[in-house]
Amino acid sequence: MKQAFSKVITTATLLGAVVLAACEAPPPESVQRGYRGTGMEALYDPDRLDALVAANTVPDSLPAVPAVGPKASDVYQNVQVLGDLTLGEFTRLMAAITEWVSPEEGCNYCHVPGEGFEQDTLYTKKVARVMIEMTQNANQNWDSHVGGAGLTCYTCHRGNNIPDATWTTAVAPAHAARIGVTMQNIASENAVLTSLPMDPFSPYLLGDESIRSAGTTALPEGDGRSVKDTESIYSLMMHFSDALGVNCTHCHNSRAFNDWAQSSPARERAWHGIRMVREMNNEYIEQTADWLPAHRTGPLGDPLKVNCETCHQGAYKPLLGANMVADYPNLARLAQTEPAVQAPDSAAPMAAPAEEENGAP
Amino acid sequence: MIEYQNIFTQVQVDAPDYPGVPIGDDEYNRVGGIGHSYWMGKLGDAQIGPIYLGPFGVMALFMGFIAFEIIGLNMFASVNWDPLEFIRQLPWLALEPPPAQYGLSIPPLNDGGWWLMAGFFLTAAILLWWWRTFTISKRLGMSSYLAWAFAGAIWLYLVLGFIRPVLMGSWSEAVPFGLFPHLDWTAAFSLRYGNLFYNPFHMLSIAFLYGSAVLFAMHGATILAVSRYGGDREIDQITDRGTAAERSMLFWRWCMGFNASMESIHRWAWWFAVLTVVTGGIGILLTGTVVENWYLWGVKHGIAPAYPALEPTVLADPQMMEAAQ
Repeated sequence: MKQAFSKVITTATLLGAVVLAACEAPPPESVQRGYRGTGMEALYDPDRLDALVAANTVPDSLPAVPAVGPKASDVYQNVQVLGDLTLGEFTRLMAAITEWVSPEEGCNYCHVPGEGFEQDTLYTKKVARVMIEMTQNANQNWDSHVGGAGLTCYTCHRGNNIPDATWTTAVAPAHAARIGVTMQNIASENAVLTSLPMDPFSPYLLGDESIRSAGTTALPEGDGRSVKDTESIYSLMMHFSDALGVNCTHCHNSRAFNDWAQSSPARERAWHGIRMVREMNNEYIEQTADWLPAHRTGPLGDPLKVNCETCHQGAYKPLLGANMVADYPNLARLAQTEPAVQAPDSAAPMAAPAEEENGAP
Repeated sequence: MIEYQNIFTQVQVDAPDYPGVPIGDDEYNRVGGIGHSYWMGKLGDAQIGPIYLGPFGVMALFMGFIAFEIIGLNMFASVNWDPLEFIRQLPWLALEPPPAQYGLSIPPLNDGGWWLMAGFFLTAAILLWWWRTFTISKRLGMSSYLAWAFAGAIWLYLVLGFIRPVLMGSWSEAVPFGLFPHLDWTAAFSLRYGNLFYNPFHMLSIAFLYGSAVLFAMHGATILAVSRYGGDREIDQITDRGTAAERSMLFWRWCMGFNASMESIHRWAWWFAVLTVVTGGIGILLTGTVVENWYLWGVKHGIAPAYPALEPTVLADPQMMEAAQ
């Protein structure tokens, strides 16, 4: 009987080990960030911090060049968003972008060898122009979100042609004909493997649907929102949490998620971040839809878009808050003067690229 | 008797085939052969069967089967009849209630209609099964404690899936059928209505739930501990207190000054279990119908303490700030 008992104990131990195998080894490190007892704390797995730091190390900057000399737009044709740079600054930035975005392909990722640099033959060059302007705009106009660190191409690209994390409008997973599609209840990376709605981005990061569903009064006053809306918002919040590597209490006091007075300042940054990302997706990325090749679009033909993870990549601040843009001041603001070739009808808040075929932005 | 001094049952309760007492003219409702299983004997009685099914049992199983099929086939269809995907995704799959725009009307089958139908058949099956627990109790000359305890659970089920959605005017307020989906729904429900932890009936339900577990452990342990003195014949000892009852009562009196009796401990357990679901059902019923945000309700009634601010400058809602500008 004793033997049978020890067998049972052994089996239970083995089963327990199998069940716990997916868990992170304790103990996590916790940092108190709010009043005691409120659970406002950050949790870290010390075993993962080294990997996080390694993945968020900023590459060495190229040597700075003095801002003197002829303008790039005087030397090259068709320089639309970087025309006010000096030739030295311009060349340095081109070299940096090559290192950040196409270290394998080099200049030829955007320029066709033997053809003039001014030609917009490759879609990649046109995308680069939109992306540069998007970056400049974020640095100049979204201090509320990126202030103190700013962003460069590297923030998202990290040496990849396409940033690791992007999104396109989700299509229904394979399903039987005539069955209802709820766009949820399938394991989805977008919803961080919950059963919550699998496209939390289209309504909130492209559209401007309200991200508020919790009751705002103690007692009901008219029509509130459906719990189904809450599920969709919840899915977006799971994405936030996953993309930043933080738990809910990074922004919220979990006893009253919607109460701003009990939230941390990170929530205000995130609020502006949502609006920044909406602008990036609508004002910049959507315009590439007309000419992007099919292999660079989602199943519905929409371009790869930005969400929190595109920049954050698992860190609560992209590159752990390193101010990389300080070394590349040309990306910190929109072009000061518009080159003569530019069409004057820019509606966007900055020098928007015109959409002509050849003499383009 | 020393065999009882083990965390697992060492006694095989087995005997020759025994169909139970004669029950008269509905004898034909008692169906199925009699089998004996050593391994079931490890867990309880080694005899399996017969089972008193009756017309209500047959109908309940049939209705339950229809509900099970509707839910399962809808899940299977949602992965395009791919058996591997069905197994892989099973915990995520669901049959969702209709979208909010349908209100309480009957939606198209593929947009919540199947959910409504599955709900109908499942509810019918549960109610028929309840009637069966009631009639079997009567058949055996028992009183109906079991049926009313089960009715408590049915109350919570009906509040979640029927009564509250009807009061809210929309089937979309109900719970989806699915493993993870119903859990994610629960979390979303609490977020939508401002944190269920501030709902006093939720508090009561949790207290009774945890209390049930504690009472169950206390009672089970006490009876096992005195079973060497015949303490497992606890019902006898309600009226005829022997040394087992005496010792178990003394244990708790010495331990905490008060002890339940051999009879009252079962009432404690019954009420704790029943009140778990009864108070839980009341809490859900009030959510959204009478209270919109439980946290704010808690603030209003002085049950949610205020804590010092996180930052010297208290954060303001940026949307309000923008609107004010």
